[in-house]
Parts: sequence; structure tokens; C-alpha cells
Amino acid sequence: MIRINHLTHIYQKESTSQEVKALDDVSLTIQDGEHIAVLGHNGCGKSTLAKHLNALLLPTEGTVEVDAVDTANEADLWTIRQTVGMVFQNPDNQLIATTVEEDVAFGPENMGMDPVLIRQRVDEALELVGMAAFKNKEPHLLSGGQKQRVAIAGIIAMRPKYIVFDEPTAMLDPQGRREVMETMQRLNREEGLTIVNITHFMEEAVLADRVVVMEHGRIVALGTPREVFSQVDLLKRMQLDVPPITELAALLHKEKNYIAADIMTIEEMVNALCR
Amino acid sequence: MLGDITIGQYYPGDSVLHKLDPRTKILAILVYMVSLFIVNNFYGLLGMMAISILVVAVSKVPVKYFFRGLKMIIFIVLLTVALQMFMTPGDVVWQWSFLKITKEGIKQAVFMGTRLVLLISITSILTLTTTPIALTDGIERLLKPFQRFGVPAHELAMMMSIALRFIPTLVEETDKIMKAQAARGASFDTGNLIEKVKALVPLLVPLFLSAFQRADELAIAMEARCYHGGTNRTRLKALQYTGKDLAAGILCICMVAAAIISRTVS
Repeated sequence: MIRINHLTHIYQKESTSQEVKALDDVSLTIQDGEHIAVLGHNGCGKSTLAKHLNALLLPTEGTVEVDAVDTANEADLWTIRQTVGMVFQNPDNQLIATTVEEDVAFGPENMGMDPVLIRQRVDEALELVGMAAFKNKEPHLLSGGQKQRVAIAGIIAMRPKYIVFDEPTAMLDPQGRREVMETMQRLNREEGLTIVNITHFMEEAVLADRVVVMEHGRIVALGTPREVFSQVDLLKRMQLDVPPITELAALLHKEKNYIAADIMTIEEMVNALCR
Repeated sequence: MLGDITIGQYYPGDSVLHKLDPRTKILAILVYMVSLFIVNNFYGLLGMMAISILVVAVSKVPVKYFFRGLKMIIFIVLLTVALQMFMTPGDVVWQWSFLKITKEGIKQAVFMGTRLVLLISITSILTLTTTPIALTDGIERLLKPFQRFGVPAHELAMMMSIALRFIPTLVEETDKIMKAQAARGASFDTGNLIEKVKALVPLLVPLFLSAFQRADELAIAMEARCYHGGTNRTRLKALQYTGKDLAAGILCICMVAAAIISRTVS
């Protein structure tokens, strides 16, 4: 369980030394095994929040606890980073080694594992993301989606409990996005990993158990995708794209209130209309 | 425009030389260099040449491929030979105004020229039979004992391997920027030298900016994966000496011994 208590993060702008409040009194508890999506416009603080989960950033005020360990506790830094893995946006800028398998081995190597165990973890992790056939390939020869899956394997090889995805699909084509989302969901359902997906794609947020919507460093909405997306006006105000079918449902709901406002799939809409 | 570039000049193969531990190969080359300068007569030099030819043969690298690497240094060799030939004082064999060739000069020139060619050929055999990453690993392990004297062995190796990893990425990016600039009317291959250099500025500025950005993100990604320098770090593929390396070592010792003996004999 990750517990975020009244987290505030203030940083100084380099150019003007002006103070910016990136996070403002955020409280959130992430349960084990949960798939949670964090939505928001650029600069809403969602990436800053993500970086607090594995002590890449430390709170200015408030606390972040990973399995009851405070992230500000320097002695536990490496345990926390091993427990909370992180996949970043740009697939190119997070692959370190010249071959796929060496890259996946990077985390375990840093943890000082035995080479035999590393080999085993690397093979397992590559198998899990479906990249085993590419283990001797050079990263720059892979597609965006494949690179991102290698990055995920690199995290899995460290056996984390939580994986934070910081806009992992923002730079990918639709095919790559699908690959990454499928992998993410499989890890959550089959491997029981807790997933935090920072995104601005609605269709990704729909797949989560819970959705957090952020604006100006604050949480403005929190609930199941159904609960959150039915608040069409709020999402529109924040310039987030509401899934078209939900928007249609909201419009119809205003006219004919027998159509529910929280419809999220085309099938549900068909059922509602044909009733 | 920039096409496929290969880093280093590794020639894939499965010869004995390819299978040797990179540390053995690096050390063997150092030993060869030393022997090359111990040797001081023509028989010794012929012997060293024979060893070189043998090594090239064993490596199974096609001779054509091998000579391509040698072409680059032909100018340096000629310059060295000329300098030695004309500048060494001694018995004058031939003279034309201030230029004179001496007996000693000819001997020196032949020696230095041969040494240089042999030196380059043996080192190119190293890079031809060893992948850049294996070379990096080998250097890291060899420098490790010097770490306590402040040699940043791990950091050097990490830098080299990250450079190797990012060269293709940056080449790709250069290509992209060039096309973007060309689409807006920039031209990279017309005009005189100064104009060409000037044309590179709008290419280099965005390239550097993005490289810094990448470095920043990479550092964060590395930290997130528990990177904290070389201490307590293990490797997936630990280097391991085998019987082949022992044999190579023995051969190297024999080579130095033979070199020393050849010196005393003359």
C-alpha cells in the first residue's frame, strides 16, 4: 500500500527563482493490486506526483509511505526504488545498454544480484512482455512499443510490487500504445502488480479500477472511471477529452433521463437505446 | 543521408581469437608492443612479422577487410619513414642539396615503418575480433585494481557503453533535424568550406539541446533503477578466463622471451 499524506511539493523555477507549487495538499491511498489512472492536463502536477512515489522527488510538506516506509528515509532509498518501479515517457531515454538483455539486467545488476539469478530474472521478464526473441537485438532497431516493453521488462526483472507508468504511451503510435496497454493490464491481472498509470488518454483511464483527476496540483476528482467520466462538465472545463460515447450519453441524459449518464462503451449505449 | 553506420569495426566470427577473453587480448597486445620494441635486429623483426601474419590468419578476418583499416594510416607511416630516412646522421649514401640519406637512416626507417605497420595491424585485429561492449568490459576489469589510486574505471566504462548505446540514436536524430532544416530550405552540401561549416550551426544547436535533455532523462531513469555507481554492482555476463586464455598467456611469455633472446644473440 502506498499512502500519500497531505503531500505538497514546491520547487523553484530555474530562470526566475520563483516558487512554484507543483503539488498542493494531495492525499491518496493506493491499494495493493489496484490499477489506478492519474489524469490531467500538462503541468497539473501528475508527473511530479509520480516521481514522489519512488523517492526521485521528496515532499516539501507531508509524507509518502511505501509499505509503511517513509520515502524521505534515506537508508531505505534502494528498497523503495526496487519496490516501486518506474517506466518513463520516452522509450529511447531509459534504455541504457547496447543489447536488450543487458538492458533488462541493468536493475538487477545494480542490486548486486548473483549472475545466475540475474540470467533467470532477465529471461522471465522478457518472456512476460513477449520480447524474449529480441534479447540479443540492439535497442535502436526496435519499434517504440517494443522499446517500451523492454523498459517494462527492465523494471519487472527487479521484482517490484508497484509499477508507476509516467505517460508511457505518449510518444507511441497506436500499435505501440496497444502493446503497452495490453502488457500493463496483463501485469495487473495475472501477476497481481499494482499499476499507477499517469496519462492523458481517456481510453487508457477507462481500463483502470480508479481514476484520479488532477488540476493545478490538486486532486479534483477521484472514483471509478464510471463515476469520474459521468462528470462530463468538469472534464470539459479541464480541457480533457471525454470519451465520445460518454459525452453522447451525457447529452442524451439531459434530454431523456432514462438514459444513464455513466455509459462508457458502445455496447452499453446500444442496450440503453434499444431497451 | 547518413546511412547505416557501424561502430567500431567488429567482424563477427567464431575463431579462437573471437572467443578469447577481452582482457587477455588487451594484455597480449601490450605484450606484443613491448616485444616489438625489445627486438632490435632484422631476424627479430621478421619473427614479429610472422607472428602478426599468423594472428591475422587465425582470426579468419578476410584480408581485404583487414587492409581497409590499414589504408587510413599509410600517410603517417610514410611520414615516419621519410623523417627517419633523412634526419638520422651517419654514413651518407646519397645526397641532394640539404637532403641526405644515411645508412643508419635507411635501417631506422625500415625498422620504424615495419614496427608501426605491425602495431596498427595487431591493434586492428583486437577491434576486429572484439565487440565494443566486450572491449569496454575488458578495460573496466583491467583498470579495477587502479581504482584505489583514483582511476574511475567503472565510470569510464559506463560512459563508453552509454556512448555506444546512444550513437545510433543521435545519428537518427541528426538525420531527422537535417531533413527538417532541408524542408525549410537549408542546404548542407553547397558553398565553400566556411559556408558549409556555417550551415552546420542550425543542425548542431538543436542536436546538443536534445542530447542534454536525453542525458537528464537517462540519469533519472538510471536512478529509478537503483543505479548508484559501481559499488556492489554485479554483471549479467561476468568475464571468465578459460584454458584458451591460459594458452594465449603462455604464448605471450614465450614471445617476450624470444624477443629478449634475439636481442642478446645479435
